[in-house]
Amino acid sequence: MTQQTPSEPLLQVAPSPHLHASHLSTQRVMLDVLIALIPVCAVSCWVFRWYALKQLVLCELTALLTETLCAALRRRKSPVWDLSASVTAVLLALSLPWNAPAYIAIIATVVAIGLGKAAFGGLGFNLFNPAMVGRAFVMLSFAREMGASGYVAQVPGLDVISQATPLTAAKQYVAALASGATVADSVQTAFQNIPPLSDLFLGIANGSLGETSVGAICLGGLYLCIRKTIAREIPVCMLLTAAAMLGLMQLLGFTDDGFGALHHLGSGALFLGAFFIATDPVTSPLTRRGRCIFAAGLGALICLFRALSSYPEGVMFAVLFMNAMVPLINRYTIRKPIGGPVPGSAASPKA
Amino acid sequence: MQEPTAGERFLNGLLPENPTYRQMLGLCATLAVTNGVKPAFTMACSTGFVLICANAMISLMRKHLQPHLRILIFTLTIATFVTVVDRLLQAFFYPMSQQLGPYVPLIIVNCIIISRCEVCASKQSLPIAIADAVGQTLGFLIGLVSLASLRELLGNGTWCEFEILPQSWPRWRILMLPPGAFITFGLTLGFIEWFVHRKQRA
Repeated sequence: MTQQTPSEPLLQVAPSPHLHASHLSTQRVMLDVLIALIPVCAVSCWVFRWYALKQLVLCELTALLTETLCAALRRRKSPVWDLSASVTAVLLALSLPWNAPAYIAIIATVVAIGLGKAAFGGLGFNLFNPAMVGRAFVMLSFAREMGASGYVAQVPGLDVISQATPLTAAKQYVAALASGATVADSVQTAFQNIPPLSDLFLGIANGSLGETSVGAICLGGLYLCIRKTIAREIPVCMLLTAAAMLGLMQLLGFTDDGFGALHHLGSGALFLGAFFIATDPVTSPLTRRGRCIFAAGLGALICLFRALSSYPEGVMFAVLFMNAMVPLINRYTIRKPIGGPVPGSAASPKA
Repeated sequence: MQEPTAGERFLNGLLPENPTYRQMLGLCATLAVTNGVKPAFTMACSTGFVLICANAMISLMRKHLQPHLRILIFTLTIATFVTVVDRLLQAFFYPMSQQLGPYVPLIIVNCIIISRCEVCASKQSLPIAIADAVGQTLGFLIGLVSLASLRELLGNGTWCEFEILPQSWPRWRILMLPPGAFITFGLTLGFIEWFVHRKQRA
């Protein structure tokens, strides 16, 4: 038997119809995602100035280097031209705080590409979303730089970053109210200074680099939906579940009325996660029903994490958790062939 | 195939059949206690004591073992020595005993010990059984301390609670946490596999 490298299959398999399947190459899909990310990056660079640019460039360079190095270790040609490493790098950079030191961006990217993807055998074999693996690694390692205080600083000319992120401010305020003690002045001020919904839509708010502007994210997301690059049911299911949960939580009094369901929807990485992170084709289920379950689980988990965990935001952990569920979901949502399973076969319910 | 001599059994335990990296036994304890060099060292010594004593004891009574009762006898013998170690640690190293928690009593179910009893001690004479146990003990010590050194140095900047890296060096806290155990072990294992394969090919 001849030795075959797994990365170069004999048969190129693409879904039918095959006449115009050229747009379904990995490279084209990844290019679409990169194009869709342009508005998000632009807003990010407008709001956070060169801090955003710095993180983007750092992550991108590190990703390309790591990808090439990992391929060289396995004596393969560098797969940087499939652009998947670039997408991972941009998503990772957009999920970092603007103030994260350079070593955090570099470590996160090396872990994302090296541990999150290459260690599993490269693109298509990874269980978990690489960008989120990288972020989780630095989040757990460098809690101070990545936590709430990592977002706040006084820089002249950049007013946005002098306030806590909306979710952190809300979390601290609700926690202070719940504990029964008097609310500290700083917490009170931060809560009152939470930007209005219009600012959250435009992106004039503190937060991770790419998560602030709902408008820009929706613009990119719509492009992806129209191009059919991503499975539309994922953002739809995820946002609907999250909206329902958040509405319920507001009714039940888990959130403060000053920071209700709409504010919760507009802040944090919910939209970025829904359009760009959860839709990673490798780490989401194969069937439509499976993707709906996956997305609904994500939306529900994010709300639970926001309300009940000690972290203000839960997109990262929710994505990693649901990624782990994907093989199970795939197993339970196998489509039955038309006409039902063949009688007497192993797939038939009554053997 | 010729039976290995006592010396060969001893050397086998160190690297070629290293319990952690080659046999991959006793991983529960390995992953749990390697967040510091001190607990790792204590764990390896405790396990080593039980392993050597149990191997010696089993080897002495190997003529009287009934095949269908042997596992029971192994477990009873091991449990006896584990109780001794547990009490010793509680008496003289109370903080360490608290830190290791349930993992000292869990030495009873450590697969390294029962596998050595089954593979070697129940069939070989006393000197061979002891040489085998000492080799495996040192192999386990190498495995645990190497993992713990990596995790403690990168995760906390210290080695054996002795400050090595400057304060300005960022601490990779995740390596001190449970996920760090899996990440470090996986990467080290991968590196060693790669090294062994390269040597075999050459």
